Amino acid sequence: MRIRTAALIGLLLVLHLGLLLAGFVAPYSPIAQNRQLSYAPPTKLHFRDYTGWHLRPFVYEWMIAPDGYVEDQSRAYPVSLFVKGHSYKMLGLFDASLHLFGTTEPGKILLFGTDGFGRDEFSRVVYGGQISVAAGIVATLIALILGSTLGMIAGYYGRWLDEAVMGATELFLSLPWLYFLLGVRAFLPLHLSPLRTFFLLTCVVGLIGWAKPARLIRGLVLSIRSRNYVLAATGFGASNLYVVRRHIAPEVMGNLLTQAALLIPQYIAAEVTLSFFGLGVSEPLPSWGNMLSNLQQYSVLTSYRWLMAPAGALLITSVTYYLLADALHSRLKSRST
Amino acid sequence: MRYLGFRFIRSILLLLGVSLLCFLFTEIAPGSFFDEMRLNPQISPETISAMEARYGLDQPWPDRYWRWLRSIARADLGYSISYNVPVAPLLWSRAKNTLLLTISAMVLTWIVSVPVGFWAAVHRGRFADHMVTVVSALVVAIPEVVIALSFLAIAVRWRILPVGGMASVDSDGLSFLAKQSDIGLHMLLPTLILVTVESAIIVRHVRASVLEVLEAPYVHAARALGISQVRLLLRHVLPVAANPAITLLGLSLAGLLSGSLLVEVVCGWPGLGPLILEATLARDLYLVIGGLMLSALFMVGGGLFADALLLLFDPRIRTGGVDAH
Repeated sequence: MRIRTAALIGLLLVLHLGLLLAGFVAPYSPIAQNRQLSYAPPTKLHFRDYTGWHLRPFVYEWMIAPDGYVEDQSRAYPVSLFVKGHSYKMLGLFDASLHLFGTTEPGKILLFGTDGFGRDEFSRVVYGGQISVAAGIVATLIALILGSTLGMIAGYYGRWLDEAVMGATELFLSLPWLYFLLGVRAFLPLHLSPLRTFFLLTCVVGLIGWAKPARLIRGLVLSIRSRNYVLAATGFGASNLYVVRRHIAPEVMGNLLTQAALLIPQYIAAEVTLSFFGLGVSEPLPSWGNMLSNLQQYSVLTSYRWLMAPAGALLITSVTYYLLADALHSRLKSRST
Repeated sequence: MRYLGFRFIRSILLLLGVSLLCFLFTEIAPGSFFDEMRLNPQISPETISAMEARYGLDQPWPDRYWRWLRSIARADLGYSISYNVPVAPLLWSRAKNTLLLTISAMVLTWIVSVPVGFWAAVHRGRFADHMVTVVSALVVAIPEVVIALSFLAIAVRWRILPVGGMASVDSDGLSFLAKQSDIGLHMLLPTLILVTVESAIIVRHVRASVLEVLEAPYVHAARALGISQVRLLLRHVLPVAANPAITLLGLSLAGLLSGSLLVEVVCGWPGLGPLILEATLARDLYLVIGGLMLSALFMVGGGLFADALLLLFDPRIRTGGVDAH
């Protein structure tokens, strides 16, 4: 069980590190267009040519033929690790031009093909993941901080405060959340700078989501507060702060972690859905959502299957987080019994 | 009956709260529908303020809220600025389609998930149970957008099901029955997506609640007395396990409504979803608020329906034996 949790956390770390170092992992700029290569399929990695097998993979350039793209086999481009390419800002701080992998110009390595503007889909998935996943994490933080604070207050002080907070959660839960999300989005300005859109979006998603964690934490606090050892502590004159710090917070923390692992994928999906609708992060900046929104045209959806790549990335991220939540949950349960 | 009355009043209060929330949002939110008109030099500021006055946007929000409440009482939801028609008929024409989709998806979901969850719980620990648990967990973990897009891609690519809209282009000439089956065919894909997503959740809940009942002492006692398995399950386990499942009904409606918004947009089903999306993009205030209120109404109505069912199925609530909460 512990090994599984560790493996999942390791996988998530690698995933997030990759997104954090997007400039390094992605071979090209996410916004560099190449109109000659619109909707090019993924580049095939070759290990064999007429001279025999090679250990180092190589690629061919795409050439436009009457019926789509064909490989121009007259010249092979070797794929190598740690190559110099276009320059970018590492972590948004210092200039760098080193990339994890690449090939020599004019050859191109397009792992997931290109979109309609000829932009490298793989690079866009990596950069877009930065935005989508960050949105999920920040929104989760907002929801959990707000929800656990209110939930704790409601559970600890009870009476009218409890009534008020629980009434508010019921209000927030009585709207289908996607309608709610759209509704709140409708009241905000439509065209904003990407950074402001990002912050507004995460705030909205987080603010709408506080109700569920608040209910969970409230129930937990209520049950902890009535336990004998906590009652005893209060009887011996422990202050409220002491009880919260010593007895309530440790138990709540474990539950909050599980809750975070559950909420993050949901909120990533929320960002993706909003951007998919054209209400989130806008072009040319990539996010998994606005990349997928091109697929609303049936012709694109059926002809260019590689454009489903962001959906695949979303799927992997989401499933990993859910597995982690499951592992954390069963750990909590086994500890409490 | 007192129980239902109590619930009813609660629902009304909830709806009032939701409407107040909506109006507070409009007050906090910067910008309005007319912002882009203001940038247009051809429209004079006087025209805009006249239009604002016509839509009542120049008054303070408590006044507007009061007027809006009064008009709601007359089943008038205001005026859509972008469509230039009253909101209520516009919403209703789309809400019918959403209801058709959601309700049939809900019925199908329950038809699928109650037997599957029940069966998995009864065969606990066997291979089939593991399969049900794993598959449902996986479906829960996959985001709805991904499921919807994949289903759509499959349907379009292999031309399995018709997609887009609610009827074929040439459906006008068809007979009544053919028209209905045409709509049914178009409904199949969005319904399928919704049922897949929702039943994964319900199956897990049904399985859990049946498992809990199966552990109860009275079930062991009944078994020891030699009641046949079929009678035990249908007569003694199912009614008790139904209680938490019925409470879930309201919850599943929330999931279905949210899901249907996405699915409607993806599949081009002419329901509330695309309308709200367009209204959001056009900042059509009253239309958005109307849509929000309608979705809240559906949810609250679903909750009330679940409460009524509970009253019907659970004698403890009928006799007031258990606290109504």
